Amino acid sequence: MSKALPANLEQIEVNLKKLTNQRTRSSLLGIAILILVFFGGTLVSLEANAGSFGRGIANFFNYPRDLFVDTFEMGWKYWPRVIKYIPELIITLNIALFSTSIGFVLAVIFAIFSSRNLIRNKRVIQFTKFFMDVTRSFPTLIIAMVFLYLMGKSSLPAVIAITIHTAGALGKLFTEAIENCDGKPIEGLSSVGATWTQKIRFSVLPQVLPLFLSYGILRLEINVRESTILGFVGAGGIGELLAALIQWNYGADVLACMFLLVGTIIALDYLSAYWRHKLIGVNQ
Amino acid sequence: MSSSLAIERDNILKLFPDTFKQARKSRLKGQIIFFLIILYLIVGFFTLDVVDIPKKWKPQNAAMFALDTYAHKDHVTMKWENHDDIKIAFEGNYRSVYGRDNLDKSIPDWFYKNSDNVGNVVKFNNKGKAILYKDRVEIVNFPKYERDFTIKLNTNGKPYLVGSEDLAEDDLKGFRITENRVEFRPTLYERIQVYPRKVEIHRYSIGWKYFWFDFSSPLEPYSFFEALGLTFSKERVVPEMSNLKLFFTEIKDNEAFMHGRVWWAMLETIVMAVLGTMFATVMALPLSFLAAYNVTPIKALRFTLRRLFDTLRGIDFLIWSLIFLRAFGPGPFTGIFAIGFTDTGTLGKLYSEAIENTEKKQQEGVQSTGASKFLQHRFGIIPQILPIFVSQSLYYLESNTRGAVIIGAMGAGGIGLQFLGALGTGNDFENVAYMAILVLAVVIFMDRLSAWLRRILIGSDQLIVR
Repeated sequence: MSKALPANLEQIEVNLKKLTNQRTRSSLLGIAILILVFFGGTLVSLEANAGSFGRGIANFFNYPRDLFVDTFEMGWKYWPRVIKYIPELIITLNIALFSTSIGFVLAVIFAIFSSRNLIRNKRVIQFTKFFMDVTRSFPTLIIAMVFLYLMGKSSLPAVIAITIHTAGALGKLFTEAIENCDGKPIEGLSSVGATWTQKIRFSVLPQVLPLFLSYGILRLEINVRESTILGFVGAGGIGELLAALIQWNYGADVLACMFLLVGTIIALDYLSAYWRHKLIGVNQ
Repeated sequence: MSSSLAIERDNILKLFPDTFKQARKSRLKGQIIFFLIILYLIVGFFTLDVVDIPKKWKPQNAAMFALDTYAHKDHVTMKWENHDDIKIAFEGNYRSVYGRDNLDKSIPDWFYKNSDNVGNVVKFNNKGKAILYKDRVEIVNFPKYERDFTIKLNTNGKPYLVGSEDLAEDDLKGFRITENRVEFRPTLYERIQVYPRKVEIHRYSIGWKYFWFDFSSPLEPYSFFEALGLTFSKERVVPEMSNLKLFFTEIKDNEAFMHGRVWWAMLETIVMAVLGTMFATVMALPLSFLAAYNVTPIKALRFTLRRLFDTLRGIDFLIWSLIFLRAFGPGPFTGIFAIGFTDTGTLGKLYSEAIENTEKKQQEGVQSTGASKFLQHRFGIIPQILPIFVSQSLYYLESNTRGAVIIGAMGAGGIGLQFLGALGTGNDFENVAYMAILVLAVVIFMDRLSAWLRRILIGSDQLIVR
């Protein structure tokens, strides 16, 4: 035994060296690829950008400074402005909340039909998964633009686009949640002769509902951002207002809108973290 | 049996009254929440005008839009005053006219002289014909129509359908007759319009014509694979350049689908997403160490960095891109920095939480060998969190691709702006569909790529949170 040890150690040494070399090689390869991508991307950007990079850096603070200067010139008259824009903010929030709720319901339905432990038919699962992939991959903006074109200016295209995207995105997460849930309660209910709907209602749902709600709240936060952006291309709410104000160059008002938006998003950020913590006990 | 069960139930109720009261209370709470949600949905239904969908939804527009995304049309125009000069143009474009000498483009075979040698026939895909004469248009042989029609100009120079008074309502379906126009559109694929000054016929066919080579390209007579085959032949199609070069330049400079411009725009968008994510990762990595309590003892610094992350994330990439758009002008830099700044906040928060959740034992092990603080972090923490870092960054790469399309549409360029442009023209819907499919393909590709990279780098394609 004691004699075998040195030989063994040598072998270990050789193996270690081999592994280290291999690792170094793949690390270097990875870094080389990253550098290549970086320089390639920079070249493309320099080629495609309208203004030069250096001037851009120099000008970076100009716009924010102008906005703040405009705001300070207004003095105390500023705050009524901020309050004046709150109804627009509520429209944006309304779009986000409504489409998240509808998307949530659709996502639950999709998730049930694409979970391996609930559905036996492979075709149904594949089809639902593919369908969710497609709805999830379209940027909301593209769906919204097409509907805006077809239906004219209103908030509806934003609602439709966000609902479609939410259904796909949440559906995927929900599917994972359902597939990872404990199979024993389902078996227990099967053993007493429960029907398929009863099994879902009494064994799957209680397990996944907190997780679902947690994902839903996270989605709501994302959707508030989305609905602002869709407003920017004409779907109403504070986004549309902001776009108009920027065009008219009303610096103080632009800053007021930005403050409202940033405040809302940060508040939602904390609120959703708090809710989710309460729901699933994890701050993630 | 049942009565004994009932007695038992009553006994249990009596024994644990508090438990059941609570259960009833929580059930009531659930019902109230459910009721409130339903109430909100009803309110939302009306405040967001969801009820107006049927009113706003114009099926005609939607059908035309859908039709144009997968079909193309040829326009045949005849002016009454000069009935011999009939113009046949692809999509009605004055630059794509068939039979014009300088383009050496022959008249398509669905347009020919009638057997009486007077009229000119436009034959549709459904075998129906429109025959153009000097003083009338005859509509012949349409399936599902039992008779033929003639449209003429009356003495005032206005078009009218001959014998329309005698026709039943059913025979007139497909016709729309107004004072200055008689339109016949039996299905979406055929459209004949007669005006006081001219006749215009739209003939639709399915497919994206001229997808590879545009109307005036010397390679247009060949299909894609024939042209690819030609690149191996010695005979030059045009004397100026080799077939291979011609093949690529003709595809790149295609006027209808603008492949060169669209692909360049797509590349810009991908560059925005990739470099933006790289920027965010590189920025967030050191900052997240400084914001983790098990690495940085200074509380003020940690607090400041945490709030910095919140602010960067809270100022959404919409606002960042507005600010950068002013500084850098339209182009990828705007997108790169907007994505980079937002995600520095997001990734910084996630990374620092991951660092705080690492096992302490490994760091202590390194510490026990007398290693410096730096080495402790290098060998005690980094190996634990590297998979999480990689996983998170790759996950954000995919969602940033979608974000880059959006930033592009707000003015930073790239495929988003091209898409808006194509939609804005109001008739290039095949381009709209092409770009939508391209975006979809690239987003799905990025999704798969990041899943694949996660699998080979860390052995699992799921998003690791901690």
